Amino acid sequence: MAESRSRLYQGNEACVEGAIAAGMRFFAGYPITPSTEIAELCSVRLPQVGGTFIQMEDEIASMAAVCGASLAGLKAMTATSGPGFSLKQENIGFAAEAEIPCVIVNVQRVGPSTGMPTSPAQGDLMQARWGRHGDQEIVALSPAYVEEVYSLTVEAFNISEELRTPVILLMDEVVGHLREKVTLPKPGDLVIKDRKKPAPGSRYLPYAPGEGEDGDIPPLGVFGDGFRFHVTGLTHGPEGFPTNSPNVGEPQIKRINSKISSRREKLCKAEELFTEEADVLVVSFGCSARSAKKAVKDLRAMGVKVGLLRLITVWPFPEHLIQRIAARQLKAVVVPEMNLGQLAREVRRCLDGRAPVIGVNRVAGKLIEPADIIRAVQEVR
Amino acid sequence: MRKEFRLAGAGGQGLISASIILAEAIASRTDLHVAQTQSYGPESRGGSSRGDVIISDSQVDYPEVTKPQYLLVMTQEACSTYAKGLAPGGVLIADSTYVKEIPPVDGTVKSYPISERAREMGREIVANMIGLGILAGFTGVVSPEVLEEAVMERLPKSTWDLNRKALRHGFEVGMQMAGRGEVVTERARAQRPGLGELEK
Repeated sequence: MAESRSRLYQGNEACVEGAIAAGMRFFAGYPITPSTEIAELCSVRLPQVGGTFIQMEDEIASMAAVCGASLAGLKAMTATSGPGFSLKQENIGFAAEAEIPCVIVNVQRVGPSTGMPTSPAQGDLMQARWGRHGDQEIVALSPAYVEEVYSLTVEAFNISEELRTPVILLMDEVVGHLREKVTLPKPGDLVIKDRKKPAPGSRYLPYAPGEGEDGDIPPLGVFGDGFRFHVTGLTHGPEGFPTNSPNVGEPQIKRINSKISSRREKLCKAEELFTEEADVLVVSFGCSARSAKKAVKDLRAMGVKVGLLRLITVWPFPEHLIQRIAARQLKAVVVPEMNLGQLAREVRRCLDGRAPVIGVNRVAGKLIEPADIIRAVQEVR
Repeated sequence: MRKEFRLAGAGGQGLISASIILAEAIASRTDLHVAQTQSYGPESRGGSSRGDVIISDSQVDYPEVTKPQYLLVMTQEACSTYAKGLAPGGVLIADSTYVKEIPPVDGTVKSYPISERAREMGREIVANMIGLGILAGFTGVVSPEVLEEAVMERLPKSTWDLNRKALRHGFEVGMQMAGRGEVVTERARAQRPGLGELEK
């Protein structure tokens, strides 16, 4: 039989395969539903490719182990859900401040607290952005299809390596547990990016910006390659040693923010459907966007001028896309999401009063149905 | 074209496995798109259990089954819960070993003593394969050969013979239920199955 590249994958399984294809060779985690299959499969797959799986004593430790493994030169990932995501925040902040590339998968379930363990939600949109203390931009990608879980996991690693920053893959239970047909890219077709390393024998300053394009992202030495450097969560200077000097501290904090915000347009991916001929715009992400897509197609068939903007990159926020679409007169923007209005709030901020924003919200642990969205669009006058 | 399948019964009857095997066969051996979801209680035996499969000739947008065209029920509880959700004109297939009362539905009702027949074949555990075979035989969505390949990829070798026997039997029963003739076993059809009954 001819080798087929199409196969049935579960979302969580596609995440593991995408991570391995991207070069992940270390996973530390503390299993929690609905992300458990990711840890389970990593424990099987990583030893097969010469990688390491470790189950740590808790989420805090597993995020710390991921930071350590990445500094030792491995592409590293952890996976969790709601309550575990909260616990990982401290060390995600450490990775942002110390500029450690790594990928954090959050398969969202209903919260707050332990909430509804294996029921879908999208209530961690804001936690992904603001879960840490202090100022730092973050990159978060949100897949809606199993095939996209694979490609976005690869993308998450690529961005984390290129920008020397933690990247969050913001999944949800629907996409994590769904099984779909996936056609894998041929090995040669996959773009894999690796972190910039310092030249051997050079005097290495781990936090010193350089010249030219991407000069704002210093290369990262591998522990064990002969570079001695200091890594700390304290505000630090170019050598990595702590400082309280305002002249040194502020540029460093600004740089870890601007290295992401200045690349907003390059980082922001989205799917658009009929947005150039829409009176009503639907904005959604993740599992809710699938219901939204069905609703938009059904409404178009009924002659309603409605369009869809499905956010794939949720952070940094694609305000330029929303503002471009809203440059034409919109009657309203409808925002379906499985939380009580986190995305709607952000959309409202971008629109700045140019169009009313109507939320379609559900926190019942059950996917929003297309009919709910159709009704909301039809009520727009 | 979008068709929804629901396989419902009790935990331990293997209906989630059967739904995965159906989805896997379609994903790897046909050009159709497929999405599979499941629902189960905390128990590994008993409790309710359900495997859902959507097949489509374009990308599946809304990934959940709402009104299945094909419904296999293998307990009375599953039948009582899901029969009313059958799509108008759909097909309900009941395991008459456990389903004694079928509420009136707007569609076709077929029943067969699936679990009893599996027991006679050697082990009741293969009832899911008879059920899956019936669904495939009735709809023509995949051939028995394609399902067998999916079974062999997923299940341990020691179970292949019995599972295959159960699948074949189910397939023949399904073909008869649909009022069609001999089992099509030719290889070409196995590689690129048409939509069969689903084309209508």
